[in-house]
Amino acid sequence: MRSYWNPYAAGVGLGLVLLATFAVMGHGIGASGALAAAVAAGENAVAPAHTAANGYFDAYVAGGRDPLASWIVFEVLGIFAGGLLSAALAGRIRRGVEHGPRAATRERMLWALGGGLLMGFASRLARGCTSGQALTGGALLSVGSWVFMIAIFAAGYAVAPLVRRQWT
Amino acid sequence: MIFPLFPAGAFSERASFAVAAVTGVAFGFVLERGGLGSSRKLAGQFYGTDFTVFKVLFTAIVTAMIGVFALSRAGLMDPGLLAVPNTWLLPQLAGGLLFGVGFVMGGLCPGTGCVAAASGKLDAAALIGGMLAGTLLFGEVYPLVARLYDATPMGRFTLPALLHLPEGVVVLLVAACAGLAFAGLRFLEQSHKPGIDPAAS
Repeated sequence: MRSYWNPYAAGVGLGLVLLATFAVMGHGIGASGALAAAVAAGENAVAPAHTAANGYFDAYVAGGRDPLASWIVFEVLGIFAGGLLSAALAGRIRRGVEHGPRAATRERMLWALGGGLLMGFASRLARGCTSGQALTGGALLSVGSWVFMIAIFAAGYAVAPLVRRQWT
Repeated sequence: MIFPLFPAGAFSERASFAVAAVTGVAFGFVLERGGLGSSRKLAGQFYGTDFTVFKVLFTAIVTAMIGVFALSRAGLMDPGLLAVPNTWLLPQLAGGLLFGVGFVMGGLCPGTGCVAAASGKLDAAALIGGMLAGTLLFGEVYPLVARLYDATPMGRFTLPALLHLPEGVVVLLVAACAGLAFAGLRFLEQSHKPGIDPAAS
């Protein structure tokens, strides 16, 4: 198993990927938006009338358009492929559940599910996540993105002692 | 002005999907290489055992920020064509607080969760399931949160406008703050030598 890159080197690499995306696409990187597109497409397939009447997801299917025909969906498929490629080359692909020595596997799965639920909701409320807001908006000096990023760290540190058992 | 290519009409929308896939591959690759596909490593940020999140995030922000500034100044990029995320102060503050709680519970964010899932982490798969459910929930309760969602719209509002400073000065300030923080972390790591590095290598 190969070791990870130096974090500053990884940061410069990530910054150059972001810069190249700005230069070519005119926008930054995203992640949670693809989940919203997937949910809109799924809901539209199961209950089209319900989706059309939904005040949030209606915009994703307006005029019969396909929510999955969006750059962010292709980009997130790329993230999976890139992560898989890097992990495979480094010998880091291993099926399992990651948690601290004091936590049980089932406990960790429930925390992951709950944390995901909150982040899925929060990403819609804030119009993006750590990729589309913190990273992209941070580099473009957007005030709202910086507020979002500072709030994440503040809340994370405030709540960390309550879930310490899971990690350390 | 050459950049940005796509808004200037350099290629079709269909071609842009292929470009987006390539940028995603690069993004996912670098995240995994940096160790950001490990939930314990990410969570270590909040317990003082691992500062990878902070280091990678702010080095990336400073790198891209300086790049955009330099390309614009050199007349190669039209910054007016870049999609700067608009500001909605209250929902972004509330969303950030809620996201932070979810982040320390889940140990991964949407992008890093995809990378972790790709390398076989089942907790990351559960996290993605939770995110899909949270996204669906937002849509279902949208009438209840619509007022907050649309509150305090401030449009394209950037730090130079907020601080009444030239963009170059703000770029320098952000880079200097990041540099100071990195120096502080170095001092902290050397003086404490936190024997526990949960996800080393």
